[in-house]
Amino acid sequence: MNYANAVLQGVFLGGLYALFACGLSLIFGVMRIINLAHGDLAVLGAFLVWSLTTHLGAGPFVALAAALPVMLIVGYLLHRTILARSLRGGPLTPLLTTFGLAIVIQNALLQVYSPDVRSLGGAAGDLATGSWHLTEQISISYLGVLILSAAVLVLGGLSVLLRRSAFGREMRATAQDADTAALVGVPAQSVYAKATAIAVATATVAGVFLAMRSTFDPSSGPTQLIFAFEAVVIGGLGSLWGTLWGGMILGVAQTIGATIDPQYSILAGHLVFLIVLAGPRGRSLFTHRREATA
Amino acid sequence: MQQLTTLCTLLIMAVMWNVLAGYGGLVSVGQQAFIGFGAYATIFLAQRGVAAYLAVVVASVASGLLAVVLAPLLLRLRGGQFAVGTWVVAEALALLVALDESLGGGTGVSLRGLNAIAPDWRSAYTYWLTLGFALLLLFLVFLLLRRRSGAAIQAIRDDEEAAASLGVRIMPLKFMLFVLAGFGCGAAGALTLANTLFVQPSSIFGVQWSAYMLFMVLVGGIGTYEGPILGAVLFFLLQDWFAQFGAWYLIGLGVVAILFALFLPRGLWSLAGDRLPFRLLPVGYTLRPGR
Repeated sequence: MNYANAVLQGVFLGGLYALFACGLSLIFGVMRIINLAHGDLAVLGAFLVWSLTTHLGAGPFVALAAALPVMLIVGYLLHRTILARSLRGGPLTPLLTTFGLAIVIQNALLQVYSPDVRSLGGAAGDLATGSWHLTEQISISYLGVLILSAAVLVLGGLSVLLRRSAFGREMRATAQDADTAALVGVPAQSVYAKATAIAVATATVAGVFLAMRSTFDPSSGPTQLIFAFEAVVIGGLGSLWGTLWGGMILGVAQTIGATIDPQYSILAGHLVFLIVLAGPRGRSLFTHRREATA
Repeated sequence: MQQLTTLCTLLIMAVMWNVLAGYGGLVSVGQQAFIGFGAYATIFLAQRGVAAYLAVVVASVASGLLAVVLAPLLLRLRGGQFAVGTWVVAEALALLVALDESLGGGTGVSLRGLNAIAPDWRSAYTYWLTLGFALLLLFLVFLLLRRRSGAAIQAIRDDEEAAASLGVRIMPLKFMLFVLAGFGCGAAGALTLANTLFVQPSSIFGVQWSAYMLFMVLVGGIGTYEGPILGAVLFFLLQDWFAQFGAWYLIGLGVVAILFALFLPRGLWSLAGDRLPFRLLPVGYTLRPGR
C-alpha cells in the first residue's frame, strides 16, 4: 500500500526534523529565545563537513567528528559575542540579532560556496542509497534508520544530561530562574553559552544528515528552521521527546501530502502546523510554562 | 519616478513593521505574507476586469481583512513564536499561490491593464497613488499615537506586563496594530506590483522583505515615529549605491543591523531626536513634575 510506505518514510523523515528541532527547543527552554539563525548554523555545519570531505577526502562521519568540536566553539562564541548582549536588551533584541545573523551566514556561505546545490550523499556511499526491501512497495533505507537512531540517541543523551548531570541541574535551575540560580553560584551566562554550544552541535549533526539524505545549498537554512519550529510546536513547546513526535507528525504529513501530489508535500506540513496552532493545544501555548526542561 | 515610488513603498513597509515591532512588541518575519497577498490580490482582481488602480486599493483592504482572519491564530503566539508563526503563514501562502496556474504558478505573472496607459503617465499615477498611501498610513499611525490609544500603545512598547497591570487592554490594541500593518503591507505589495508590473511568488513572498524592514527600522530607530522614515531613506540610498555588490551588500546589512540592535537599540533617530529641543511631531507624552 502506497500510504503505508508514505507513513513509514514520514516517520523516518521525522527523525531528521527532531534532530533539527532539539537544538531550537534547548535554546528556547533555557534562554526563552528563538534562535532564528538555527537553520543557517546547521547549513554552516553541513558546509564545513562538505569542505572536509571534498578537500581532505575524509569520510562524512570522520569529517562530522572533526567538525563537531569546531561547531561547539562556534556556538560558545556565538553566545559570548552576540546572544549574551542581546539578552540584556530585552525580549525583542535576540530575535533581531539572530535574524541579522541568519542573513549574514546565508550570504557569507553564498559568497564562499556559490549558490550551487550540493550533497553529501555521494560521500556517504552505499549508506545513502541502500535499503531493505520489506515488500514490493515498502522499503526502509539504511540512512533513514541511522538518522532516526541518531535522533533518539541525541534526544536521549540530552534528556539524561538534563536530568542526571550536574550541568543539567544548572541548566534547569537557570531556565527556571536565572537570578536565583546566580545567587546560589550558578553563573547564568556560562550555562547559556554551553547550552548554545550544544544546540549548535546538534544542529550540525542535523545539517550533515540533511546533506546526506538529499541536497543543500546556502539558502537551505530558513526552510529547516521553519520545519524545526513546526516540529517543536506540534510536539508541544518545551518537551524534548515531544519534538520527536512533532517531527514525525510533520514528516508523515509531508510524505502523505507528497503521495497525493509532490507539490502538496510542504504545504501539508504547514497546514498540520496551523491546525495544531488553531486547536486547543495551540490555545494553551500562550500560557504554557515549562516546569522542567526535560 | 519609479525610484521615488520604490522609496515610498519601502517607507510604507518600514512604518508598518515599526508599528508592529516597535509599538506592539510583535517582531514579524512574515509580513511578506501581506506584501505578496496584496500583489496577487491585485492580479486576481485585474484578471476579472477590475481597473488596475482600483484593484490596488481593493487588494490593500483585502490584505487588512486577511490580517483580521489571521490575528486570532497568530496573536496568541509570543515573541519568537509569533515571528516564526507569521513566517510559516507567508510560506504557506507562497506555496498556495504557486499551485494556482491561473495566477502564473511558480514562474510569475504580469499585471495587464496598465499597459494601455502611456509609460510616463503610468509611472506618475503610480507614484501619486503610492505617495497618497504613504501619507494616509503615516497619518493613521499619527492619529493612533495622538489619541488616547497612543498612551496605551506606548505603554505596551515600554512594558507590556506593567501596562496590562494598569488596566491597558492589550489584545484589542495589538489586533488593531496587526490589522493596520496587514493593510499597509498589502498596499506596499500591490504598489510594488503596480511599479514593476511583474510578480513571482518566490520574490514577492521572499523573506528578504522582512530583512529590509528590520534593517530600516533598526537603523532609523525602533519605536519612534520618525525613525523608520529616516531608515527608509537611508536604506534606499544604500541600495542605490551598494546593491551591485550582491552577497557582500547583504552581509553588510546584516552586520549593521546586529550592531544597531546591540549598541544603539533606539537607532539613529535617538541621536538626533534627543538633542532637538522640540519634537518634530508631537506623538510623545511628557510628564511634568507637579508643584
